[in-house]
Amino acid sequence: MSQTHTKPETRRASSASSNGTPDPVEQAAQLVRPNTIAGNQLPSWFLFATAAIGAVAGFVISWLVTGFQINYALWFVFSAAVFVVVSYLITRAKQGKRKATDGLWRNLVYVAFVIALIPLVSVIWSVTADGVRGITAAGFFTEDMSQNASQSRERQIHEGERPMGGGVLHAIIGSLLITLTATVISVPIGLLTSIYLVEYSRGGPLSRGITFFVDVMTGIPSIVAGLFGAAAVQVVLSIGNQIGLWSYGPGNYRMGLTAAVALSVLMIPVVVRTTEEMLRVVPNELREASYALGVRKWRTILKVVIPTAISGIAAGVTLAIARVIGETAPILLTAGMLNRVNWDMLNDAMMTLPVYIYWTFTHPVGVGELTYLSEQRAWGAALVLIMIVMALNLIARIIATIFAPKKTGR
Amino acid sequence: MTTTSEPKTTDKRTNTLVSSDKAGAAVDRGFAALAKFAGIFILIILAFVALFLSWNSGGALYQEDEGLIIGRFLNYAWPFALGTVVVAVLALVMSAPVAIGVALYISHYAPPRASKTIGYIIDLLAAIPSVVYGAWGMFVLAPAMVPLYRWLNQWLYTWPQENLGFGIPLFAGSPGLGQNIFTASVVLAVMVLPIISSVCREIFIQTPKLHEEAALALGATRWEMIKMAVFPFARAGVISGIMLGLGRALGETMAVVMVVSGLGFQWSIISAGNSTIPREIALNFGETAPNSERWHQLIALGLVLFIITLIVNMIARWIVSRHKEFSGAN
Amino acid sequence: MSKSITAKDLNVYYGDFLAVEGVNVEIAARSVTAFIGPSGCGKTTFLRTLNRMHEVLPGARVEGQLLLDQDDIYGPGVDPVTVRAMVGMVFQRPNPFPTMSIRENVLAGYKLNGARLSRSQSDDIAESALRGANLWEEVKDRLDQPGSGLSGGQQQRLCIARTIAVKPDVILMDEPCSALDPISTLAIEDLIAELKEQFTVVIVTHNMQQAARVSEKTAFFNIAGTGKPGKLIEYDDTATIFNNPSNEQTERYVSGKFG
Repeated sequence: MSQTHTKPETRRASSASSNGTPDPVEQAAQLVRPNTIAGNQLPSWFLFATAAIGAVAGFVISWLVTGFQINYALWFVFSAAVFVVVSYLITRAKQGKRKATDGLWRNLVYVAFVIALIPLVSVIWSVTADGVRGITAAGFFTEDMSQNASQSRERQIHEGERPMGGGVLHAIIGSLLITLTATVISVPIGLLTSIYLVEYSRGGPLSRGITFFVDVMTGIPSIVAGLFGAAAVQVVLSIGNQIGLWSYGPGNYRMGLTAAVALSVLMIPVVVRTTEEMLRVVPNELREASYALGVRKWRTILKVVIPTAISGIAAGVTLAIARVIGETAPILLTAGMLNRVNWDMLNDAMMTLPVYIYWTFTHPVGVGELTYLSEQRAWGAALVLIMIVMALNLIARIIATIFAPKKTGR
Repeated sequence: MTTTSEPKTTDKRTNTLVSSDKAGAAVDRGFAALAKFAGIFILIILAFVALFLSWNSGGALYQEDEGLIIGRFLNYAWPFALGTVVVAVLALVMSAPVAIGVALYISHYAPPRASKTIGYIIDLLAAIPSVVYGAWGMFVLAPAMVPLYRWLNQWLYTWPQENLGFGIPLFAGSPGLGQNIFTASVVLAVMVLPIISSVCREIFIQTPKLHEEAALALGATRWEMIKMAVFPFARAGVISGIMLGLGRALGETMAVVMVVSGLGFQWSIISAGNSTIPREIALNFGETAPNSERWHQLIALGLVLFIITLIVNMIARWIVSRHKEFSGAN
Repeated sequence: MSKSITAKDLNVYYGDFLAVEGVNVEIAARSVTAFIGPSGCGKTTFLRTLNRMHEVLPGARVEGQLLLDQDDIYGPGVDPVTVRAMVGMVFQRPNPFPTMSIRENVLAGYKLNGARLSRSQSDDIAESALRGANLWEEVKDRLDQPGSGLSGGQQQRLCIARTIAVKPDVILMDEPCSALDPISTLAIEDLIAELKEQFTVVIVTHNMQQAARVSEKTAFFNIAGTGKPGKLIEYDDTATIFNNPSNEQTERYVSGKFG
């Protein structure tokens, strides 16, 4: 507390004990120690009052700066600045420097939190506002986009024909098929690997190597996973062509399975890490109890360890699915895009929700103002995708809490 | 008791414990081998990733009729590599302080009852797919940023150019629709924020209560306590969280594809131009014939990206392992 | 259904570390034998070698001979799984399987091994095992509820029921009462007295009164210092060990002068 702001009464009271000449230790202690417990407290409404002052002042300043217009961004920036500065100055005058610094950082932390909320609110607002109109349009969930293909740009321009409806059925089917296949590939590999790491390996070089490279895999950029999927399947196909196993034309690596392979590269490390964590939580006592009954290790793992950890494993797998179902780039490189429903994982491109969103936004169907229908559909698809991802996250949370393993003993 | 041999043998020399359950033991060994193979299979996959990328990159560096063409590839690749790094670093500069603030808010400032819910809300940011962020950046953020770009252009480029004879080239040119790498880095900042903040939050929460209480008992204010007890404990974790965010930002594709328009390198970050490696791959890979030089070039770009992110992740791991003994960051 | 155990010059190692050295002991069928001694003296380690449970830990191995009646437990070609089916074990902390009901816990030895039991067979096994563990009257109305809902003492008796359900020859108990209150402890001690009618029981305990109450023979283990191997100091009738031990270390330990 700097002397200039200390109230005269409190100062006299403390220096009275030292016979007029201030004790240097006492003086130093005053720098950090308030003299009364309730002294110099700011009222509880202080923060709200300064926030309100900030909001009003911010509005006025932004209004003046922009030439008498309302700009929300500037309003927020100036409000935050005024709030932080004013409350710092007042606290400093009333309570001293240390309190003021404390308050300054607290306010900055609050502002950081509000800044983080702005994009979240903005994204969810823009997706729902247009998305709801998209998903309520006729045929959104029941049609694909093949109707639109027959309708050429020229006919739209010259004959004034409106772009037809269309929907995301093909994209939803594609997303589900590809994600399901990726899950079918990744979960057994991931689960078995974590079983090896937890139950069999005894910290040898192999297990350390696997742990290390699983970490490396977690960091693979998704587009690189896509490149790998495309390049790997391309090589396998050409080898198959040469030995006469099948005949795929060049460039025919574009299919659902390729995308599933690419997604597996992203999914496996997530599955390994979460299941490994869950298996390690299973108490060793249960394994020993099972061994002591003369049960073989593989039966112990399958019937005691995994059932005990199953809720955590299921939650982890659900989160992994939620992560890859929103991936765009690797699917764009591997499954490409198509405007109709395709159930065949081994032939022809396949549309998925993320790629549908990307493609419809960047290449809207229709001309001029009529593209808004296309954009609405894309926002609708985005809304569907977000809801799927959020639902998966929620399901994971519910699984993890409701079916959490009960602890043995007390 | 399915495994025991019930009838007692009278012959003392045969050990009745020697199992008759050969099949059971074989299944046990088989299962162990299967689990081990799954682990090795992951290593094989990763080896294949590295192998395919390097092998296919070869065509970008060497062609039979032309010999070594490394120079051509470097000439082609450097603007993208530079753009990738610039976008990611800009995103980090914007994101890291806010993310640390959010993490602190949740761990030390928010009311304890609310902090879990607030943490979940911030995690929702991570759950939104990148393509949705891309659309948001393209339709909402880019137009909203245009006035800021005009202002920057006016006061940091045009005005000094006219009055001082020198403008900052970063802010040259017309902002157009706001589809530039600055907007892209703002979108990326939003995307990596929940990643950094969740890592930081975990570490902040793990700060030993004893250290915090010791600081508070000395009469420290909350901020002084955070400076004295929380930050020293969490430093390595915070850095690795930021590196993790950097790794994510480097590899992010769709947001950049949808938000940025323009190709060649330029100094300005507020007008159309510049590109990143993921964007270049995503836009061109579909139209490229397999095994052409272009195909090899794109895969080589992917390899470059892979190596950059690998280095970033390694540094993060190294920092964490170096500080492991001092903190809960592992 | 009960067998004797004979150890001849048994050494137990963890990697290069010799944990227990030179144990010679003969445990008679249908008897209760107690292992006592200070913490870290190797009594639990030795107990776990009796059904090859110590092999669960990396690097554990055994030298010497260990016989179950005449059969070498560590003989070539012997599967630890077979040994464990004959030599059951009850642990320090009650560990019923949390995902299973009381009934499934009792039948775990069969179910986990994939045995197919008819309804009446499994009912019979469950009832006789629970009666054998003095638990039947307390749980007969809630057999389908989770085993983790029982009290600590009941859980421990459930674990004993689970062990005797597979009809082993020997039951090993590793401080089975150390996590229980005195009343539950008494219930377990009464149960041990009944179990020896059918089984060979070996119990590790820190509680010397308990050893004196339940066992016929007592083995005293001791350790010279940290890093040194544990040794069997004295093995004799329980009454002799507690009243008139021949070894000075034993005398000091049972009279509470050290350890």
